[in-house]
Amino acid sequence: MRYDAIIIGAGPAGLAAARAAKHAGKQTLIIDDNHGPGGQIWRGRDGIELKGVDRRFSTQITDLNFSATQIILATGARELFLPFPGWTLPHVLGAGGLQAMAKQGLNVQGKSVVIAGSGPLLLAVASNLKKAGADITLIAEQAPWSSLLHFGSQLLRWPSKLTQALQLFNINYTPNLWPIEAKPGEVLMSNGKTYPCNYLACAFGLLPNLELARLANCKIENGFVKVNRHQQTSVQGIYAVGELTGIGGLEKAEAEGEAAGAGTATLGNHQDFVKLLTRTFKLRDELKQLAQPDTILCRCEDIPFSRTTQCSSMREAKLQTRCGMGPCQGRICGPILEQLYGWPSDSVRQPLYPVPLKSLIQS
Amino acid sequence: MTSDVLILGGGIVGAACARAFLKQGLKVTIIERELIGGGATAAGMGHIVVMDDSEAQFALTKRSRDLWDQLVPELPSSVEFERRGTLWVAADQQEFNAVSPKLSYYNSRHVSAQLLSAQTLYDAEPHLREGFAGGFLVPDDSVIYAPCAAAWLAQGANIIQADVKTIDDGKVTLAIGEQHKAANLIIASGHYVTQLFSTIPVKPRKGHLAITDRYPGQVRHQLIELGYLKSAHGDSTESVAFNVQPRKTGQLLIGSSRQFGADHSAVEPHMISKMLARAAQYLPNILNMSIIRTWTGFRAATTDKLPLVGRYRNADRTWLATGHEGLGITTAMATAELLTHLIAKTKAPIDPTPYLPERFPQCRT
Ligand SMILES: Cc1cc2nc3c(=O)[nH]c(=O)nc-3n(C[C@H](O)[C@H](O)[C@H](O)COP(=O)(O)OP(=O)(O)OC[C@H]3O[C@@H](n4cnc5c(N)ncnc54)[C@H](O)[C@@H]3O)c2cc1C
Ligand SMILES: Cc1cc2nc3c(=O)[nH]c(=O)nc-3n(C[C@H](O)[C@H](O)[C@H](O)COP(=O)(O)OP(=O)(O)OC[C@H]3O[C@@H](n4cnc5c(N)ncnc54)[C@H](O)[C@@H]3O)c2cc1C
Repeated sequence: MRYDAIIIGAGPAGLAAARAAKHAGKQTLIIDDNHGPGGQIWRGRDGIELKGVDRRFSTQITDLNFSATQIILATGARELFLPFPGWTLPHVLGAGGLQAMAKQGLNVQGKSVVIAGSGPLLLAVASNLKKAGADITLIAEQAPWSSLLHFGSQLLRWPSKLTQALQLFNINYTPNLWPIEAKPGEVLMSNGKTYPCNYLACAFGLLPNLELARLANCKIENGFVKVNRHQQTSVQGIYAVGELTGIGGLEKAEAEGEAAGAGTATLGNHQDFVKLLTRTFKLRDELKQLAQPDTILCRCEDIPFSRTTQCSSMREAKLQTRCGMGPCQGRICGPILEQLYGWPSDSVRQPLYPVPLKSLIQS
Repeated sequence: MTSDVLILGGGIVGAACARAFLKQGLKVTIIERELIGGGATAAGMGHIVVMDDSEAQFALTKRSRDLWDQLVPELPSSVEFERRGTLWVAADQQEFNAVSPKLSYYNSRHVSAQLLSAQTLYDAEPHLREGFAGGFLVPDDSVIYAPCAAAWLAQGANIIQADVKTIDDGKVTLAIGEQHKAANLIIASGHYVTQLFSTIPVKPRKGHLAITDRYPGQVRHQLIELGYLKSAHGDSTESVAFNVQPRKTGQLLIGSSRQFGADHSAVEPHMISKMLARAAQYLPNILNMSIIRTWTGFRAATTDKLPLVGRYRNADRTWLATGHEGLGITTAMATAELLTHLIAKTKAPIDPTPYLPERFPQCRT
C-alpha cells in the first residue's frame, strides 16, 4: 500500500499530524512503538480519535525505507539524566519514568516522593503522582528564583500556559534546590538537609529522539531538527514536528503536527516559548560537578566517572572505556558525557535499537 | 622534540613497535591523526590465534602469541585478556579428516592442540548444532580488547595528533605544514598506507562484525569453522565464515565477512544477513539473541597473505609495518620484534625473509 503520509510517533504531535493529513485527503499511516496512541502525555488514555487513519502500534522504526510522499517524524523526547552519587539506586527514577510506571499499575498510594530537577515537567509529574495517591514531600527546582520570576512575567504572553502553571502549582515547590547524594530511602539536598523518600524522581530536562532524523541526514542545529515554517526538514519529503524541533510542550507539538499534516505554515510564537524555557531552566554548573570518581556514568557497562576523565572525545571514551557500548547504545550516557565534558555525540548507525538477530537475516 | 624512532600510525602495530623501541631505551614518537587504536584496530575481533596457511604465517603467529603471553602479567584489566582457546569446528567427515595432519603439524612445532571427537566437541560446546564431525582445539589461543591494548602498548611514547601529508626521504610533513625527522621512520598506517605510497601492494578488505547483548555461558571458546581458511585466504570478492567469540561481558562477537572492492565503510545488510545466517548454522541459539551493534573495518590485504615488514625501497631509514590482513592484532608483537632486529642488524628469533617488502618489485626500487 502506498501512503501519502507516514507519521512516526503517535504522541500529541504525531496524532495532530495524522488527523490533519487525513482531513486534507491524504492516505495516512501512523506508527508507534507503544501498544497504543498517546505518546508521553496521553499514554494509555482511551478514546483517542484516529478515524480513517491506518495505524501500526508496537512497531519500532529502525530505518526509513518507506515510499511515501511525506514522512513526518514525531518521535518526541526522552528524559535527560545527570549522574550524582546514588543516582543508580533502585528508588531513584526518572520523573517521567515513575509517572509511566504509576500509569501502568505501580501502586504509589501513600508513598513519599521527592521530585528534583528542572522545568515544567516537575509540576506536571507532581500533579499526576498526587492524583495517583502519592505524597509529594518536596519539589526541588534547580533554577534560581530570579529566572522563575522572569519566566512568570513572560508567561503573560501565553495566557493558557499561565493558567496551567497556576493550576499545577504546589506548596512544596522550592526553587534553587537540587540533589547532592541519594542513599537508600533518602536524599541529601543542596541546602544540607536530608529528605526521606520512597522514591526520588528526577527530571533534568528533555532530549529530542533524533536517531531517525540523523539517519535520514536531516540537518540538526543546536541539538534540534532544523525545519522551515512548514515543518519541512533539510531533506525533501521529510518533516519533523513536536519535541524534535525544540522542547516546547503540548500546544507547540499539536500546532506543528497539524501544519505538517495539512500542508500549511505553523502558526504561533512557539519558538519564543522554547527559548524562554531553555533560558529559564538552564542547568547550573554545580549539577555537572556532582559525580564522584566512583559514580557510574554508563549503566549498561558499569563505567565510573573516574575512567572517563582521561578521555578527550566521545569516541575515545567509547573505545577506551566501553562507555555507551551497551544495549542502550549511549542513549543515556551520551547526553551525560555531553553535559559533563561538552563532547558532541557520536553519529548514529544501524541498528538504532537492539534488534532480534533473526530480523537481520534476509529470507 | 627529537626522537630516535618516528612511527606513523597508532594502531596496534604502531603501538607494539613503540613499546619494542621504548624497551631499548629509545625515544619514540607516534604520529596519529585520529585516536590510538581507532583504525582497523578498533574494528577487529582481538583474537590472538596461531594460523597455519603457510609455514611463514605459522611462525609469525606463534612467535606473536608467545610474546603476548609474556605480557600477560602486566596487562591492565581494560585489555580483557582471556585464554579462551580456539575451537575449530569440523562440519563434516571431510573436514574432520584434515584434523589429524593438522594435529601433528602443530605438535611437531610445539604448539599444543587436541583432536576433539564429536562427543568431546559437544562436551566443550553444548550449544553447537547437532551433527558435526568433531573439532580441533588450540587451548592456548586467547582474546583481548585491542583498542585498550594499543593504548597500553603506546604508553611512554610521545604522541602527536596530526595528519601526515607526505613522506619524502625519511622526512615527514604534516598537513599543518610542520616537518618531523628521526633516525628511523616506521610506517604503520595499516590499509591507509596507499594514501601516502600508492604503489604499495596492499588492498583494503572489508569486514563486518555484529555483537549481541549479554548471554553469559552460551559459548566458551572462540569458535571458528575449519573451512575458515578457504574464506580468509580465497580471493573471491565476497565471502563469509562462522567465527564467534565470547567476550568477558557475556556478549558474543559474531564474524566474519571478507569483501574486496568495497570502497565505503557502511554496514551492508546483505553481508550482515549472510554472516549471521552462516553463524546460525553452527549455533542455532543465536537466532533468539538480540544484536546491539554492527560495524565494519578494513584489513590491509597482500596477495601472499603475509605482512610487509622491513625496509622500504632500499631507503636506509624508512621501514614498513603494514599488510597484516586479518591477523594484525596477533602479529603486531612479532612484527615489532622483527623490526627492532632488522634495524639493529641482529638475529631475530624467526627468519624475517618471508615478510620483507622487497619480495614485491614495487617495494624494491
Ligand atoms: C518521560 C516524559 C514524561 C512526560 N510527561 C509529561 C506530562 O506529564 N505532562 C506534560 O505536559 N508533558 C509531559 N511530557 C512532555 C510531552 O511529551 C511533550 O510536551 C509533548 O507532548 C511531546 O509531544 P510529541 O508528540 O512531540 O512527543 P511524544 O509524546 O514523546 O511522542 C513520541 C512518540 O513516538 C514514539 N517513537 C519514538 N521513536 C520511535 C520509533 N523509532 N519508532 C516508533 N515510535 C517511536 C514514542 O514512543 C512516542 O510514543 C513528558 C515527556 C517525557 C519525555
Ligand atoms: C572485521 C575484522 C576482524 C578482525 N579480527 C582480527 C582478529 O580477531 N585477530 C587479529 O589478530 N586481527 C584481526 N583483524 C585484523 C586487525 O584488526 C588488523 O590487522 C590490525 O588492527 C591492523 O593494525 P594496524 O596498526 O596495522 O592498522 P590500524 O589499526 O588501521 O592503524 C593505522 C593507524 O594509522 C593512522 N594513520 C593512517 N594514515 C595516517 C596519516 N597519513 N597520518 C596520521 N595517521 C595516519 C590511522 O588513523 C590508524 O589509527 C580484524 C580486522 C577486521 C577488519
